[in-house]
Amino acid sequence: MSQIEEVTIDQYKHLVSERALTGETMLLNMGPQHPSTHGVLRLLLELDGEIVVNCIPDIGFLHTGIEKNMEAKTYQKAEVMTDRLDYMNTMGNNLAYCMAVEKLVDLDVPARAQALRVILVELQRIASHLVWLGTSGLDLAAMSMFLYCFREREQILDIFELVSGQRMMTTYIRPGGVWRDVPVEFEAAVRDFIKIFPKRIDEYETLLTKNPLFIDRMVDIGYLSKETALSYGVTGPMLRASGVDWDLRKIRPYCGYEQYDFNVPVLTEGDTYARYLVRIQELRESLKIVEQALNKLPLGPVRSDNRKFVPPPRSEIGTSMEALIHHFKLWTEGFSAPDASIYSAIESPRGELGVLFVGDGGPKPRRVHMRTPSFDNLSVISEMVKGYLVADLVAILASTDIVLGDIDR
Amino acid sequence: MDKKLEPIVKAVQGKFSAKFEEFRNEVHMFVNPDQIVDALTMLRDEHQFELLSALTAVDYYPQTSPRFYVIYQLTSLAQNLSLQLKVPVNGDKPKVPTVTRVYSVANWRERELFDMFGIEVEGHPDPRRILMPDDTEGHPLRRDFPLGYEEPQFTFNFDEIDLRKPYAKE
Repeated sequence: MSQIEEVTIDQYKHLVSERALTGETMLLNMGPQHPSTHGVLRLLLELDGEIVVNCIPDIGFLHTGIEKNMEAKTYQKAEVMTDRLDYMNTMGNNLAYCMAVEKLVDLDVPARAQALRVILVELQRIASHLVWLGTSGLDLAAMSMFLYCFREREQILDIFELVSGQRMMTTYIRPGGVWRDVPVEFEAAVRDFIKIFPKRIDEYETLLTKNPLFIDRMVDIGYLSKETALSYGVTGPMLRASGVDWDLRKIRPYCGYEQYDFNVPVLTEGDTYARYLVRIQELRESLKIVEQALNKLPLGPVRSDNRKFVPPPRSEIGTSMEALIHHFKLWTEGFSAPDASIYSAIESPRGELGVLFVGDGGPKPRRVHMRTPSFDNLSVISEMVKGYLVADLVAILASTDIVLGDIDR
Repeated sequence: MDKKLEPIVKAVQGKFSAKFEEFRNEVHMFVNPDQIVDALTMLRDEHQFELLSALTAVDYYPQTSPRFYVIYQLTSLAQNLSLQLKVPVNGDKPKVPTVTRVYSVANWRERELFDMFGIEVEGHPDPRRILMPDDTEGHPLRRDFPLGYEEPQFTFNFDEIDLRKPYAKE
Protein backbone atom coordinates (compact mmCIF):
# COMPACT_ATOMS: atom_id res chain seq x y z
CA MET A 1 0.00 0.00 0.00
CA SER A 2 1.48 3.33 -1.02
CA GLN A 3 1.62 6.50 1.04
CA ILE A 4 -1.21 9.00 1.02
CA GLU A 5 -0.58 11.56 -1.66
CA GLU A 6 -1.60 15.14 -1.57
CA VAL A 7 -4.55 15.89 -3.84
CA THR A 8 -3.72 18.45 -6.49
CA ILE A 9 -5.74 20.02 -9.23
CA ASP A 10 -3.86 17.90 -11.78
CA GLN A 11 -6.18 15.00 -11.00
CA TYR A 12 -9.24 17.00 -11.96
CA LYS A 13 -7.72 18.99 -14.84
CA HIS A 14 -9.83 17.28 -17.48
CA LEU A 15 -13.05 17.86 -15.55
CA VAL A 16 -12.90 21.56 -14.70
CA SER A 17 -12.85 24.58 -16.96
CA GLU A 18 -9.74 26.49 -18.00
CA ARG A 19 -10.62 29.26 -15.61
CA ALA A 20 -10.17 27.00 -12.60
CA LEU A 21 -6.52 26.46 -13.49
CA THR A 22 -5.80 30.18 -13.45
CA GLY A 23 -7.69 30.63 -10.21
CA GLU A 24 -10.45 32.72 -11.74
CA THR A 25 -13.10 30.32 -10.51
CA MET A 26 -13.07 28.70 -7.11
CA LEU A 27 -13.01 24.99 -6.28
CA LEU A 28 -15.13 24.20 -3.25
CA ASN A 29 -15.41 20.90 -1.49
CA MET A 30 -18.93 19.96 -0.37
CA GLY A 31 -19.18 16.88 1.80
CA PRO A 32 -18.69 14.03 2.54
CA GLN A 33 -19.89 15.23 5.94
CA HIS A 34 -22.62 17.61 4.93
CA PRO A 35 -26.27 17.53 6.04
CA SER A 36 -27.78 18.06 2.61
CA THR A 37 -25.77 15.54 0.61
CA HIS A 38 -28.05 12.82 2.05
CA GLY A 39 -25.24 10.57 3.14
CA VAL A 40 -21.52 10.38 2.56
CA LEU A 41 -21.37 12.00 -0.83
CA ARG A 42 -18.61 14.42 -1.70
CA LEU A 43 -19.15 17.01 -4.41
CA LEU A 44 -16.27 19.01 -5.80
CA LEU A 45 -17.77 22.25 -7.06
CA GLU A 46 -16.25 24.75 -9.41
CA LEU A 47 -17.87 28.08 -8.62
CA ASP A 48 -18.00 31.38 -10.39
CA GLY A 49 -19.18 33.55 -7.53
CA GLU A 50 -22.23 31.63 -6.40
CA ILE A 51 -22.93 29.97 -9.73
CA VAL A 52 -21.98 26.34 -10.23
CA VAL A 53 -19.76 25.91 -13.31
CA ASN A 54 -18.89 22.26 -12.79
CA CYS A 55 -19.84 19.61 -10.30
CA ILE A 56 -17.70 16.51 -9.84
CA PRO A 57 -19.29 13.90 -7.57
CA ASP A 58 -16.97 11.65 -5.60
CA ILE A 59 -18.57 8.43 -4.38
CA GLY A 60 -17.45 5.24 -2.73
CA PHE A 61 -17.30 6.28 0.92
CA LEU A 62 -19.95 3.70 1.76
CA HIS A 63 -18.58 0.93 -0.42
CA THR A 64 -18.89 -2.30 1.52
CA GLY A 65 -18.31 -4.87 -1.19
CA ILE A 66 -21.81 -6.30 -1.06
CA GLU A 67 -21.55 -7.82 -4.53
CA LYS A 68 -18.27 -9.50 -3.61
CA ASN A 69 -19.66 -10.83 -0.33
CA MET A 70 -22.69 -12.28 -2.07
CA GLU A 71 -20.42 -14.48 -4.17
CA ALA A 72 -19.23 -16.21 -1.01
CA LYS A 73 -22.72 -16.99 0.31
CA THR A 74 -25.43 -19.44 -0.67
CA TYR A 75 -28.53 -18.11 -2.39
CA GLN A 76 -30.60 -17.91 0.81
CA LYS A 77 -27.84 -16.36 2.88
CA ALA A 78 -26.84 -13.74 0.33
CA GLU A 79 -30.29 -12.22 0.62
CA VAL A 80 -29.59 -10.45 3.91
CA MET A 81 -27.01 -8.33 2.13
CA THR A 82 -29.66 -6.86 -0.16
CA ASP A 83 -31.33 -5.10 2.77
CA ARG A 84 -28.18 -3.10 3.29
CA LEU A 85 -28.03 -1.77 -0.26
CA ASP A 86 -30.81 0.75 -0.38
CA TYR A 87 -31.76 1.00 3.26
CA MET A 88 -34.86 3.07 2.45
CA ASN A 89 -36.25 0.31 0.26
CA THR A 90 -35.43 -2.94 2.02
CA MET A 91 -38.58 -4.84 0.99
CA GLY A 92 -38.05 -3.76 -2.62
CA ASN A 93 -34.46 -5.00 -2.60
CA ASN A 94 -35.57 -8.34 -1.17
CA LEU A 95 -38.20 -8.59 -3.87
CA ALA A 96 -35.75 -7.78 -6.68
CA TYR A 97 -33.32 -10.35 -5.38
CA CYS A 98 -35.94 -13.06 -4.83
CA MET A 99 -37.47 -12.50 -8.24
CA ALA A 100 -34.04 -12.93 -9.81
CA VAL A 101 -33.42 -16.18 -7.91
CA GLU A 102 -36.89 -17.43 -8.80
CA LYS A 103 -36.27 -16.65 -12.45
CA LEU A 104 -32.88 -18.37 -12.41
CA VAL A 105 -34.14 -21.61 -10.84
CA ASP A 106 -37.66 -21.37 -12.29
CA LEU A 107 -39.66 -21.31 -9.07
CA ASP A 108 -43.35 -20.46 -8.71
CA VAL A 109 -44.77 -18.24 -6.00
CA PRO A 110 -48.30 -18.73 -4.55
CA ALA A 111 -50.92 -16.02 -5.07
CA ARG A 112 -51.16 -14.99 -1.41
CA ALA A 113 -47.42 -14.39 -1.25
CA GLN A 114 -47.58 -12.30 -4.43
CA ALA A 115 -50.30 -10.10 -2.95
CA LEU A 116 -48.43 -9.74 0.34
CA ARG A 117 -45.32 -8.76 -1.56
CA VAL A 118 -47.23 -6.07 -3.42
CA ILE A 119 -48.71 -4.65 -0.20
CA LEU A 120 -45.36 -4.53 1.57
CA VAL A 121 -43.39 -3.16 -1.36
CA GLU A 122 -45.94 -0.41 -1.89
CA LEU A 123 -45.89 0.46 1.80
CA GLN A 124 -42.13 0.60 1.50
CA ARG A 125 -42.43 2.93 -1.47
CA ILE A 126 -44.59 5.24 0.64
CA ALA A 127 -42.06 5.09 3.49
CA SER A 128 -39.21 5.83 1.13
CA HIS A 129 -41.02 8.77 -0.47
CA LEU A 130 -41.82 10.07 3.00
CA VAL A 131 -38.14 10.15 3.89
CA TRP A 132 -37.45 11.94 0.63
CA LEU A 133 -40.23 14.44 1.30
CA GLY A 134 -39.13 15.06 4.86
CA THR A 135 -35.45 15.49 4.08
CA SER A 136 -35.96 17.61 0.99
CA GLY A 137 -38.29 19.81 3.03
CA LEU A 138 -35.55 20.03 5.62
CA ASP A 139 -33.04 21.07 2.96
CA LEU A 140 -35.32 23.93 1.97
CA ALA A 141 -35.76 24.97 5.62
CA ALA A 142 -39.23 23.47 6.05
CA MET A 143 -38.33 21.76 9.30
CA SER A 144 -41.84 20.70 10.28
CA MET A 145 -42.20 18.52 7.15
CA PHE A 146 -39.51 16.25 8.46
CA LEU A 147 -41.36 15.63 11.70
CA TYR A 148 -44.71 15.00 10.03
CA CYS A 149 -43.25 12.63 7.45
CA PHE A 150 -41.37 10.61 10.01
CA ARG A 151 -44.53 10.30 12.09
CA GLU A 152 -46.27 8.47 9.25
CA ARG A 153 -43.17 6.50 8.30
CA GLU A 154 -43.05 5.22 11.87
CA GLN A 155 -46.47 3.68 11.38
CA ILE A 156 -45.24 1.79 8.30
CA LEU A 157 -42.15 0.59 10.12
CA ASP A 158 -44.42 -0.69 12.88
CA ILE A 159 -46.26 -2.77 10.28
CA PHE A 160 -42.92 -4.16 9.10
CA GLU A 161 -42.00 -5.00 12.65
CA LEU A 162 -45.31 -6.76 13.02
CA VAL A 163 -44.75 -9.02 10.02
CA SER A 164 -41.02 -9.60 10.17
CA GLY A 165 -39.83 -8.66 13.63
CA GLN A 166 -37.57 -5.99 12.17
CA ARG A 167 -38.25 -2.35 11.38
CA MET A 168 -35.77 -1.89 8.58
CA MET A 169 -33.60 -4.89 7.71
CA THR A 170 -36.60 -7.13 7.19
CA THR A 171 -35.50 -9.98 4.86
CA TYR A 172 -39.18 -10.91 4.92
CA ILE A 173 -39.57 -11.74 1.24
CA ARG A 174 -37.79 -15.00 0.53
CA PRO A 175 -37.16 -17.01 -2.65
CA GLY A 176 -40.41 -18.89 -3.27
CA GLY A 177 -42.69 -16.65 -1.23
CA VAL A 178 -42.39 -14.84 2.07
CA TRP A 179 -40.89 -15.87 5.39
CA ARG A 180 -44.20 -16.76 7.06
CA ASP A 181 -47.81 -15.67 6.99
CA VAL A 182 -48.70 -12.25 8.39
CA PRO A 183 -50.13 -12.11 11.93
CA VAL A 184 -53.85 -11.44 12.46
CA GLU A 185 -53.22 -7.82 13.50
CA PHE A 186 -51.74 -7.06 10.07
CA GLU A 187 -54.97 -6.25 8.27
CA ALA A 188 -56.19 -3.85 10.96
CA ALA A 189 -52.83 -2.08 11.05
CA VAL A 190 -52.76 -1.55 7.29
CA ARG A 191 -56.44 -0.48 7.22
CA ASP A 192 -55.66 2.02 9.92
CA PHE A 193 -52.90 3.47 7.82
CA ILE A 194 -55.05 3.57 4.66
CA LYS A 195 -57.69 5.47 6.62
CA ILE A 196 -55.50 8.25 7.95
CA PHE A 197 -52.90 8.64 5.22
CA PRO A 198 -54.91 10.46 2.45
CA LYS A 199 -55.63 13.25 4.91
CA ARG A 200 -51.96 13.42 5.81
CA ILE A 201 -50.95 13.79 2.15
CA ASP A 202 -53.40 16.69 1.94
CA GLU A 203 -51.67 18.21 4.94
CA TYR A 204 -48.25 17.93 3.30
CA GLU A 205 -49.59 19.50 0.16
CA THR A 206 -51.14 22.35 2.12
CA LEU A 207 -47.73 23.06 3.58
CA LEU A 208 -45.71 22.82 0.37
CA THR A 209 -47.42 22.52 -3.01
CA LYS A 210 -48.85 26.04 -3.27
CA ASN A 211 -46.40 27.65 -0.86
CA PRO A 212 -44.84 30.63 -2.74
CA LEU A 213 -41.49 30.26 -0.98
CA PHE A 214 -41.36 26.59 -1.90
CA ILE A 215 -42.38 27.26 -5.51
CA ASP A 216 -39.67 29.93 -5.83
CA ARG A 217 -37.07 27.43 -4.77
CA MET A 218 -38.34 24.58 -6.96
CA VAL A 219 -39.84 25.78 -10.24
CA ASP A 220 -37.46 25.97 -13.24
CA ILE A 221 -34.57 24.64 -11.19
CA GLY A 222 -32.48 21.68 -12.25
CA TYR A 223 -33.98 21.14 -15.67
CA LEU A 224 -33.45 17.66 -17.06
CA SER A 225 -34.42 17.00 -20.66
CA LYS A 226 -35.85 13.72 -21.85
CA GLU A 227 -32.84 12.98 -24.08
CA THR A 228 -30.25 13.67 -21.38
CA ALA A 229 -32.20 11.58 -18.90
CA LEU A 230 -32.34 8.58 -21.22
CA SER A 231 -28.71 8.87 -22.23
CA TYR A 232 -27.68 8.92 -18.58
CA GLY A 233 -29.84 5.91 -17.79
CA VAL A 234 -32.07 7.87 -15.42
CA THR A 235 -35.17 5.92 -14.39
CA GLY A 236 -38.05 6.15 -11.95
CA PRO A 237 -39.82 9.35 -10.86
CA MET A 238 -37.00 11.48 -12.31
CA LEU A 239 -37.58 10.06 -15.78
CA ARG A 240 -41.33 10.36 -15.44
CA ALA A 241 -40.99 14.01 -14.44
CA SER A 242 -39.12 14.55 -17.73
CA GLY A 243 -42.02 13.25 -19.77
CA VAL A 244 -41.25 9.58 -20.32
CA ASP A 245 -44.04 7.21 -19.38
CA TRP A 246 -41.96 4.28 -18.15
CA ASP A 247 -42.95 2.35 -15.09
CA LEU A 248 -42.04 -1.33 -14.94
CA ARG A 249 -45.08 -2.06 -12.78
CA LYS A 250 -47.31 -1.06 -15.69
CA ILE A 251 -45.17 -2.03 -18.65
CA ARG A 252 -43.73 -5.35 -17.49
CA PRO A 253 -46.07 -6.31 -14.65
CA TYR A 254 -44.63 -8.64 -12.02
CA CYS A 255 -46.19 -10.02 -8.81
CA GLY A 256 -49.64 -9.52 -10.30
CA TYR A 257 -49.49 -5.73 -10.67
CA GLU A 258 -51.69 -6.11 -13.75
CA GLN A 259 -54.71 -6.84 -11.48
CA TYR A 260 -54.56 -3.48 -9.76
CA ASP A 261 -55.92 -0.25 -11.06
CA PHE A 262 -53.48 2.63 -10.68
CA ASN A 263 -52.11 5.54 -12.68
CA VAL A 264 -48.53 6.37 -13.48
CA PRO A 265 -48.06 10.11 -12.94
CA VAL A 266 -46.07 11.67 -15.79
CA LEU A 267 -45.13 15.33 -16.13
CA THR A 268 -43.17 17.04 -18.87
CA GLU A 269 -41.58 20.02 -17.12
CA GLY A 270 -38.45 18.14 -15.99
CA ASP A 271 -37.61 20.52 -13.13
CA THR A 272 -37.37 19.85 -9.40
CA TYR A 273 -40.97 20.90 -8.88
CA ALA A 274 -42.17 18.32 -11.43
CA ARG A 275 -40.16 15.64 -9.65
CA TYR A 276 -41.79 16.73 -6.39
CA LEU A 277 -45.29 16.53 -7.89
CA VAL A 278 -44.67 13.11 -9.43
CA ARG A 279 -43.58 11.65 -6.10
CA ILE A 280 -46.48 13.22 -4.22
CA GLN A 281 -48.92 11.70 -6.70
CA GLU A 282 -47.15 8.37 -6.41
CA LEU A 283 -47.92 8.38 -2.70
CA ARG A 284 -51.63 8.41 -3.51
CA GLU A 285 -51.29 5.79 -6.25
CA SER A 286 -49.33 3.45 -3.99
CA LEU A 287 -51.99 3.74 -1.35
CA LYS A 288 -54.60 2.78 -3.96
CA ILE A 289 -52.61 -0.35 -4.79
CA VAL A 290 -52.23 -1.29 -1.12
CA GLU A 291 -55.97 -0.96 -0.58
CA GLN A 292 -56.89 -3.06 -3.63
CA ALA A 293 -54.35 -5.74 -2.81
CA LEU A 294 -55.59 -5.94 0.77
CA ASN A 295 -59.21 -6.18 -0.36
CA LYS A 296 -58.55 -9.15 -2.57
CA LEU A 297 -55.81 -10.76 -0.51
CA PRO A 298 -56.34 -14.46 -1.31
CA LEU A 299 -56.07 -17.23 1.26
CA GLY A 300 -53.65 -20.09 0.90
CA PRO A 301 -50.00 -20.91 1.35
CA VAL A 302 -47.38 -18.16 1.44
CA ARG A 303 -44.46 -20.28 0.31
CA SER A 304 -43.90 -22.51 -2.65
CA ASP A 305 -44.10 -26.20 -1.80
CA ASN A 306 -41.16 -27.05 -4.03
CA ARG A 307 -39.01 -28.63 -1.33
CA LYS A 308 -35.88 -28.53 -3.46
CA PHE A 309 -35.72 -24.75 -3.04
CA VAL A 310 -37.94 -23.79 -0.12
CA PRO A 311 -37.46 -25.23 3.38
CA PRO A 312 -40.44 -27.19 4.78
CA PRO A 313 -42.56 -25.72 7.60
CA ARG A 314 -41.48 -26.46 11.15
CA SER A 315 -44.51 -28.68 11.83
CA GLU A 316 -43.46 -31.14 9.13
CA ILE A 317 -39.91 -31.55 10.35
CA GLY A 318 -40.99 -33.39 13.48
CA THR A 319 -42.97 -36.04 11.63
CA SER A 320 -41.47 -36.42 8.17
CA MET A 321 -38.07 -37.88 7.39
CA GLU A 322 -38.12 -36.29 3.92
CA ALA A 323 -38.81 -32.86 5.36
CA LEU A 324 -35.93 -33.18 7.79
CA ILE A 325 -33.54 -34.12 4.97
CA HIS A 326 -34.70 -31.18 2.87
CA HIS A 327 -34.39 -28.81 5.81
CA PHE A 328 -30.87 -30.02 6.54
CA LYS A 329 -29.77 -29.92 2.90
CA LEU A 330 -31.17 -26.45 2.29
CA TRP A 331 -29.61 -24.84 5.33
CA THR A 332 -26.21 -26.47 4.99
CA GLU A 333 -25.47 -26.87 1.31
CA GLY A 334 -28.20 -24.69 -0.16
CA PHE A 335 -29.79 -25.26 -3.55
CA SER A 336 -28.03 -25.24 -6.88
CA ALA A 337 -28.80 -22.92 -9.77
CA PRO A 338 -27.92 -23.47 -13.44
CA ASP A 339 -24.74 -22.11 -15.01
CA ALA A 340 -26.50 -19.29 -16.80
CA SER A 341 -27.20 -15.60 -16.47
CA ILE A 342 -30.45 -13.70 -16.14
CA TYR A 343 -31.45 -10.09 -15.65
CA SER A 344 -34.59 -9.21 -13.76
CA ALA A 345 -35.78 -5.77 -12.75
CA ILE A 346 -38.45 -4.15 -10.59
CA GLU A 347 -39.58 -0.58 -10.15
CA SER A 348 -38.09 0.62 -6.89
CA PRO A 349 -39.04 4.05 -5.42
CA ARG A 350 -35.97 5.41 -7.20
CA GLY A 351 -36.21 3.65 -10.54
CA GLU A 352 -35.24 0.43 -12.22
CA LEU A 353 -33.68 -1.86 -9.65
CA GLY A 354 -32.18 -4.65 -11.71
CA VAL A 355 -30.41 -7.78 -10.60
CA LEU A 356 -28.01 -9.48 -12.94
CA PHE A 357 -27.53 -12.99 -11.70
CA VAL A 358 -24.99 -15.47 -12.95
CA GLY A 359 -25.09 -18.96 -11.49
CA ASP A 360 -22.24 -21.43 -11.75
CA GLY A 361 -24.13 -24.69 -11.35
CA GLY A 362 -23.42 -24.83 -7.60
CA PRO A 363 -25.07 -23.41 -4.49
CA LYS A 364 -23.33 -20.02 -4.67
CA PRO A 365 -23.73 -17.37 -7.35
CA ARG A 366 -20.82 -16.65 -9.64
CA ARG A 367 -21.79 -13.01 -9.87
CA VAL A 368 -24.58 -10.83 -8.55
CA HIS A 369 -24.75 -7.36 -9.99
CA MET A 370 -27.25 -4.95 -8.53
CA ARG A 371 -28.18 -2.34 -11.10
CA THR A 372 -29.05 0.32 -8.59
CA PRO A 373 -31.09 3.30 -9.77
CA SER A 374 -29.41 5.88 -7.50
CA PHE A 375 -26.06 5.30 -9.19
CA ASP A 376 -27.28 6.40 -12.60
CA ASN A 377 -29.62 9.05 -11.20
CA LEU A 378 -26.65 10.66 -9.45
CA SER A 379 -24.36 10.52 -12.47
CA VAL A 380 -26.60 13.03 -14.24
CA ILE A 381 -26.21 15.61 -11.44
CA SER A 382 -23.23 17.28 -13.11
CA GLU A 383 -25.43 18.05 -16.10
CA MET A 384 -28.38 19.22 -14.02
CA VAL A 385 -26.68 21.75 -11.75
CA LYS A 386 -24.64 23.71 -14.30
CA GLY A 387 -25.55 27.39 -14.21
CA TYR A 388 -27.61 27.27 -11.03
CA LEU A 389 -26.77 28.67 -7.60
CA VAL A 390 -25.19 26.63 -4.82
CA ALA A 391 -28.42 26.94 -2.86
CA ASP A 392 -30.27 25.43 -5.83
CA LEU A 393 -27.82 22.55 -5.90
CA VAL A 394 -29.19 21.48 -2.53
CA ALA A 395 -32.75 21.45 -3.88
CA ILE A 396 -31.69 19.59 -7.04
CA LEU A 397 -29.77 16.99 -5.09
CA ALA A 398 -32.77 16.45 -2.80
CA SER A 399 -35.00 15.98 -5.84
CA THR A 400 -32.84 13.14 -7.20
CA ASP A 401 -33.70 11.15 -4.05
CA ILE A 402 -30.43 9.27 -3.86
CA VAL A 403 -29.46 6.79 -1.18
CA LEU A 404 -25.73 6.39 -0.80
CA GLY A 405 -25.97 2.77 0.27
CA ASP A 406 -27.59 2.14 -3.09
CA ILE A 407 -24.85 3.95 -5.00
CA ASP A 408 -21.75 2.57 -3.33
CA ARG A 409 -22.95 -1.00 -2.65
CA MET B 1 -38.17 -15.13 -28.24
CA ASP B 2 -40.36 -12.09 -28.64
CA LYS B 3 -41.72 -11.66 -32.19
CA LYS B 4 -40.56 -8.04 -32.27
CA LEU B 5 -37.05 -9.03 -31.24
CA GLU B 6 -36.49 -11.54 -34.07
CA PRO B 7 -35.71 -9.05 -36.87
CA ILE B 8 -33.37 -7.13 -34.55
CA VAL B 9 -31.45 -10.26 -33.62
CA LYS B 10 -31.26 -11.17 -37.33
CA ALA B 11 -29.92 -7.71 -38.18
CA VAL B 12 -27.22 -7.86 -35.51
CA GLN B 13 -26.38 -11.40 -36.58
CA GLY B 14 -26.08 -10.36 -40.21
CA LYS B 15 -23.90 -7.36 -39.58
CA PHE B 16 -21.58 -8.65 -36.87
CA SER B 17 -21.92 -12.44 -37.40
CA ALA B 18 -22.85 -12.65 -33.76
CA LYS B 19 -23.95 -15.83 -32.04
CA PHE B 20 -26.85 -15.77 -29.64
CA GLU B 21 -28.25 -17.86 -26.82
CA GLU B 22 -31.65 -17.91 -25.19
CA PHE B 23 -32.39 -18.60 -21.54
CA ARG B 24 -35.70 -18.02 -19.70
CA ASN B 25 -36.97 -15.91 -22.58
CA GLU B 26 -33.94 -13.61 -22.54
CA VAL B 27 -31.72 -13.16 -25.56
CA HIS B 28 -27.97 -12.79 -25.09
CA MET B 29 -25.85 -11.94 -28.12
CA PHE B 30 -22.08 -12.34 -28.32
CA VAL B 31 -20.17 -9.51 -29.96
CA ASN B 32 -16.41 -9.00 -30.29
CA PRO B 33 -14.77 -6.09 -28.42
CA ASP B 34 -13.93 -4.14 -31.59
CA GLN B 35 -17.56 -4.31 -32.78
CA ILE B 36 -19.31 -3.21 -29.61
CA VAL B 37 -19.40 0.53 -30.34
CA ASP B 38 -20.87 -0.07 -33.81
CA ALA B 39 -23.34 -2.61 -32.47
CA LEU B 40 -24.59 -0.30 -29.73
CA THR B 41 -24.80 2.66 -32.13
CA MET B 42 -26.83 0.57 -34.54
CA LEU B 43 -29.17 -0.71 -31.84
CA ARG B 44 -29.70 2.78 -30.44
CA ASP B 45 -30.23 4.58 -33.75
CA GLU B 46 -32.03 1.98 -35.86
CA HIS B 47 -33.83 -0.14 -33.30
CA GLN B 48 -34.69 2.38 -30.57
CA PHE B 49 -32.75 0.89 -27.68
CA GLU B 50 -32.61 4.20 -25.82
CA LEU B 51 -31.55 2.94 -22.42
CA LEU B 52 -28.38 1.17 -21.38
CA SER B 53 -29.76 -0.42 -18.24
CA ALA B 54 -26.66 -2.12 -16.94
CA LEU B 55 -23.02 -2.41 -17.83
CA THR B 56 -20.92 -4.84 -15.88
CA ALA B 57 -18.73 -7.89 -16.21
CA VAL B 58 -18.56 -11.48 -15.07
CA ASP B 59 -15.27 -13.15 -14.20
CA TYR B 60 -14.94 -16.80 -15.25
CA TYR B 61 -11.61 -17.33 -13.49
CA PRO B 62 -9.65 -19.71 -13.79
CA GLN B 63 -10.74 -19.87 -17.43
CA THR B 64 -8.43 -17.50 -19.36
CA SER B 65 -9.71 -17.07 -22.88
CA PRO B 66 -12.13 -15.54 -22.55
CA ARG B 67 -11.81 -14.83 -18.85
CA PHE B 68 -14.37 -12.03 -18.65
CA TYR B 69 -17.66 -11.32 -20.28
CA VAL B 70 -18.54 -7.64 -20.33
CA ILE B 71 -22.33 -7.33 -20.29
CA TYR B 72 -24.37 -4.56 -21.87
CA GLN B 73 -28.04 -4.77 -20.91
CA LEU B 74 -30.18 -2.73 -23.28
CA THR B 75 -33.80 -1.65 -22.98
CA SER B 76 -36.03 -0.28 -25.66
CA LEU B 77 -38.74 1.94 -24.24
CA ALA B 78 -40.51 2.43 -27.54
CA GLN B 79 -40.89 -1.28 -28.23
CA ASN B 80 -40.70 -2.64 -24.67
CA LEU B 81 -37.84 -5.02 -25.42
CA SER B 82 -34.67 -6.11 -23.69
CA LEU B 83 -31.49 -7.37 -25.25
CA GLN B 84 -28.19 -8.32 -23.70
CA LEU B 85 -24.86 -8.03 -25.47
CA LYS B 86 -21.92 -9.99 -24.12
CA VAL B 87 -18.36 -9.18 -25.03
CA PRO B 88 -15.73 -11.86 -24.37
CA VAL B 89 -12.45 -10.42 -23.06
CA ASN B 90 -9.22 -12.33 -22.53
CA GLY B 91 -7.46 -12.60 -19.21
CA ASP B 92 -4.14 -10.92 -19.98
CA LYS B 93 -4.41 -7.15 -20.41
CA PRO B 94 -8.21 -7.10 -20.70
CA LYS B 95 -9.47 -4.19 -22.78
CA VAL B 96 -12.74 -2.88 -24.21
CA PRO B 97 -13.38 0.34 -26.14
CA THR B 98 -15.43 3.01 -24.42
CA VAL B 99 -19.09 3.44 -25.31
CA THR B 100 -19.53 6.79 -23.57
CA ARG B 101 -20.17 8.47 -26.91
CA VAL B 102 -23.19 6.24 -27.45
CA TYR B 103 -24.61 6.25 -23.92
CA SER B 104 -23.45 8.84 -21.37
CA VAL B 105 -24.34 6.47 -18.52
CA ALA B 106 -21.38 4.34 -19.58
CA ASN B 107 -19.03 6.95 -18.12
CA TRP B 108 -19.53 5.91 -14.51
CA ARG B 109 -20.34 2.32 -15.32
CA GLU B 110 -17.04 1.91 -17.20
CA ARG B 111 -15.13 3.53 -14.37
CA GLU B 112 -16.73 0.93 -12.12
CA LEU B 113 -15.77 -1.78 -14.62
CA PHE B 114 -12.13 -0.74 -14.42
CA ASP B 115 -12.24 -0.28 -10.67
CA MET B 116 -13.81 -3.63 -9.92
CA PHE B 117 -12.40 -5.89 -12.66
CA GLY B 118 -9.33 -4.09 -13.97
CA ILE B 119 -10.69 -4.13 -17.49
CA GLU B 120 -9.02 -1.23 -19.29
CA VAL B 121 -11.48 1.04 -21.07
CA GLU B 122 -9.83 2.57 -24.11
CA GLY B 123 -10.61 6.19 -24.86
CA HIS B 124 -12.49 6.82 -21.61
CA PRO B 125 -12.81 10.56 -20.90
CA ASP B 126 -12.28 10.21 -17.14
CA PRO B 127 -10.25 7.08 -16.36
CA ARG B 128 -10.17 7.16 -12.57
CA ARG B 129 -11.29 4.66 -9.98
CA ILE B 130 -14.82 5.33 -8.76
CA LEU B 131 -15.66 3.31 -5.65
CA MET B 132 -12.31 2.22 -4.23
CA PRO B 133 -9.66 4.70 -3.06
CA ASP B 134 -7.18 5.78 -5.73
CA ASP B 135 -4.27 3.91 -4.14
CA THR B 136 -6.01 0.50 -3.97
CA GLU B 137 -3.99 -2.42 -5.23
CA GLY B 138 -5.89 -4.99 -7.24
CA HIS B 139 -9.46 -5.16 -8.43
CA PRO B 140 -11.91 -6.48 -5.84
CA LEU B 141 -14.55 -8.21 -7.96
CA ARG B 142 -12.04 -10.47 -9.69
CA ARG B 143 -12.53 -14.04 -8.55
CA ASP B 144 -8.86 -14.37 -7.54
CA PHE B 145 -9.04 -11.33 -5.24
CA PRO B 146 -9.38 -12.63 -1.67
CA LEU B 147 -12.43 -11.63 0.38
CA GLY B 148 -10.12 -10.56 3.21
CA TYR B 149 -10.82 -8.66 6.37
CA GLU B 150 -9.58 -5.69 8.35
CA GLU B 151 -7.23 -6.53 11.21
CA PRO B 152 -8.47 -4.94 14.41
CA GLN B 153 -5.73 -2.94 16.07
CA PHE B 154 -5.57 -3.36 19.86
CA THR B 155 -2.97 -2.14 22.35
CA PHE B 156 -1.15 -5.47 22.46
CA ASN B 157 -0.69 -5.77 18.68
CA PHE B 158 -0.65 -2.10 17.74
CA ASP B 159 2.99 -1.99 16.60
CA GLU B 160 2.85 -5.31 14.85
CA ILE B 161 -0.06 -4.25 12.66
CA ASP B 162 1.43 -0.82 12.20
CA LEU B 163 4.38 -2.41 10.44
CA ARG B 164 2.12 -4.04 7.89
CA LYS B 165 -0.14 -1.02 7.50
CA PRO B 166 1.87 2.13 6.86
CA TYR B 167 -1.27 4.12 6.13
CA ALA B 168 -2.81 3.48 9.56
CA LYS B 169 -0.26 5.67 11.34
CA GLU B 170 -1.42 8.86 12.91
